Amino acid sequence: MKNPLKVLSAFAATAAMALSLSACGGGSSQASSDTITYWASDQGNSLDDTAAKLKPSLDRFTEKTGVKVQLEVISWTDLYNRILTAVTSGDGPDVLNIGNTWAVTLQETGAFEPVEGELLEAVGGKDRFLKTSWSTGGAEGKTPTSVPLYGLAYNMYYNTKMFKEAGIEKAPTTWDEFVADAKKLTKDTNGDGKPDQWGFTAAGASVSANSHQAFVRGLQNGGTLFDAEGKPTFDSDPQVEGVKQFVDLMATHKVMSPSDAELSQGSQKVDNVINGKAAMMFDQSPLKNFAARDFKDWGVAPIPMMTAGATGDAGTQSHVAGINLSVFKNSDNKANAIKLAAFLTSDEEQIALNKAYSSLPVVTTASSDAAFQTEEVKAKNDALANHSLPMPLIAKEGQMETLTGTAIKNLFAKAATGTVSEDDIRAALKDANNQMAAAQ
Amino acid sequence: MSHSALDSGPAAAGSAPAVDPEPGQPKAATAPPTRKRRRSFLPYGLILPAAILELLIHIGPMLLGIWIAFISLNQLNLTNWLNAPFVGLQNFVNGLNPESTIGQAFFSTVGRTLVYTILVVGFSWVLGMAGAVFLSSNFKGRALLRTFFLVPYALPAYVGTIAWAFMFNQRDGAVNQILVDTFHLFGDERPFWLLGENSFGAMIVVNVWQLWPFAFLMLMAALQNVPTDVYEAAAIDGASLWQQFRTITLPMVRPANGVLLMVMSLWTFNQFNIPFVLFGASSPKEATLISPLIYQNSFGSWNFGLGGAMSVLLLIALFIASVFYIRMVLPKGADND
Repeated sequence: MKNPLKVLSAFAATAAMALSLSACGGGSSQASSDTITYWASDQGNSLDDTAAKLKPSLDRFTEKTGVKVQLEVISWTDLYNRILTAVTSGDGPDVLNIGNTWAVTLQETGAFEPVEGELLEAVGGKDRFLKTSWSTGGAEGKTPTSVPLYGLAYNMYYNTKMFKEAGIEKAPTTWDEFVADAKKLTKDTNGDGKPDQWGFTAAGASVSANSHQAFVRGLQNGGTLFDAEGKPTFDSDPQVEGVKQFVDLMATHKVMSPSDAELSQGSQKVDNVINGKAAMMFDQSPLKNFAARDFKDWGVAPIPMMTAGATGDAGTQSHVAGINLSVFKNSDNKANAIKLAAFLTSDEEQIALNKAYSSLPVVTTASSDAAFQTEEVKAKNDALANHSLPMPLIAKEGQMETLTGTAIKNLFAKAATGTVSEDDIRAALKDANNQMAAAQ
Repeated sequence: MSHSALDSGPAAAGSAPAVDPEPGQPKAATAPPTRKRRRSFLPYGLILPAAILELLIHIGPMLLGIWIAFISLNQLNLTNWLNAPFVGLQNFVNGLNPESTIGQAFFSTVGRTLVYTILVVGFSWVLGMAGAVFLSSNFKGRALLRTFFLVPYALPAYVGTIAWAFMFNQRDGAVNQILVDTFHLFGDERPFWLLGENSFGAMIVVNVWQLWPFAFLMLMAALQNVPTDVYEAAAIDGASLWQQFRTITLPMVRPANGVLLMVMSLWTFNQFNIPFVLFGASSPKEATLISPLIYQNSFGSWNFGLGGAMSVLLLIALFIASVFYIRMVLPKGADND
């Protein structure tokens, strides 16, 4: 009798396993028709902060439409891979936020609803939106698959107290003035013969932030990351010159702490400015961090250009930064998903949300609200509307960011541990260029 | 039981004495096959759940990975990946071409990973062996030390590595606080541990820290099976401690050693967690190992075909090495048993 019992228990175990597995496969959480799922990017000081600031808007949406929203705020480090998994499995949220520089790459997957017909009508047509922000929705000449949600742009933020101590009255406008001021601000305050206060700070190990600078500095010097035929030109002379200017802040001018080569989070450089360890930084939206730390000694100015008053490509100060919103094509609840897209881009919610997250409204009518008339917002608005270009609108944008950003990250690492020559910079960019060309 | 119930009755009862030996005979002839059948099914029944799960969790994805190596899978066809175009060996050609940047990166990374594996396994084994021999003699506080040595192995791998990342931080990390601020080494210059050439060494330190308790545990268990009288006899014959170690300890723990070195080598060669936590998605050039390189190709640049091809090459290399190693080491180990 022992053996049959054993056999029986083995069968029971198998059946239990099989059942639990089938439960795993079939039990995916499909939202019921009056509930939609929404993946939001982390726009606040933390995931909880983002959710708390989003909640009043979503409550108003539920009140207005009767549709409940299941919200999940996803950190920036996870968002791209989460979207990738959702795209591959076809099992994703109904509505989601994306970094606008990913828009073309994700458009190519075909996983998102094109912004035309019902969706385009629901968000009120493209003319409502800021032209630069709208241009990030997808590849040129193709129907976009995302609509702008929050607008951002790079500005230079500085510690006014440190400026005053160094006798600097006005923020620099040209690159040369910027380097000169940064040198004045780099000091040895404790007398050990080594500087401990720096003119400039950046997250040298942040791949995406580095790639933004490769883009902007290249344009300011007359270069582009791709030529007219779409071939990568990362190692062209103006691009090398642009990247050199950025890396030289640490390597040659020594106005940037070697420790910055290890910073991978943008918030770490914001801390440096707040703590008085560094005086200037380029950032898209540090106000929420300033407010959280009750830091008031800050000023804002446009990103320095090669010549004052430069226009066109040479006048680029930022890429068109921001967050876009997409509707998942596989959504079972598309009508309600479209309603949420329309609601979040409405004038009232644009004002409420962008105010909460210190970002810029992407619809022109909301920009006139009193909340967006501060000096900081005006500077950001000017950069976004008049001095920014979208990152290259190509399917392999993600790869371009990874390759150029990593090359600069490695150059900073080299500068921190030794010296960096122009040849090193050219070789690193050539390497990235070859990899980009091989992948195309 | 049912048989006797059916047969109950006068006729059956009357013939009972004559039939009795009969049922005994067929019983003797047929019962063993029945038991045999049951027995032969039982092992299959027992491994069936494991086999199904193994198929679903390991074999299935592995076969899928091999398939991906032969197709061109990128963001254009990710949603419809079953219909991605078949490209034959193109991904392998791209990955293996020593003229190309990708091929160069692949080969230099394989070489670096081999060196890394040898160093990590070597250091871990030496430390593990030293710890095991040391703790095999009786002294006060032995149990405490044993527990203490196992702490890195008991900690979640991510937690340990994150703590190391903080400690290795150039500006505020504990390593530089101790080496530079307290002991004034490196001419008071704070070295970078997670950038440039030092990053390779830092990664080895973290991996050895995490791996050596495993070697220690396995070798300690193996040492406990070595009879003490062999050592006593050797000592009476005048063998030194080193001679005892070389001629008694090492041969006696050889079977355990064989398995231990193989498992540790496979784990180390495939190491992903430590570089990923220490350096993020892209490791410094000097410290890129093969698994992070595959990750970078697959998820950094969405070139899943190339990532798949590199994985397949890695799989084949490790498979051949394992088979060769098992054939070389384990039968001898079994004999020694």
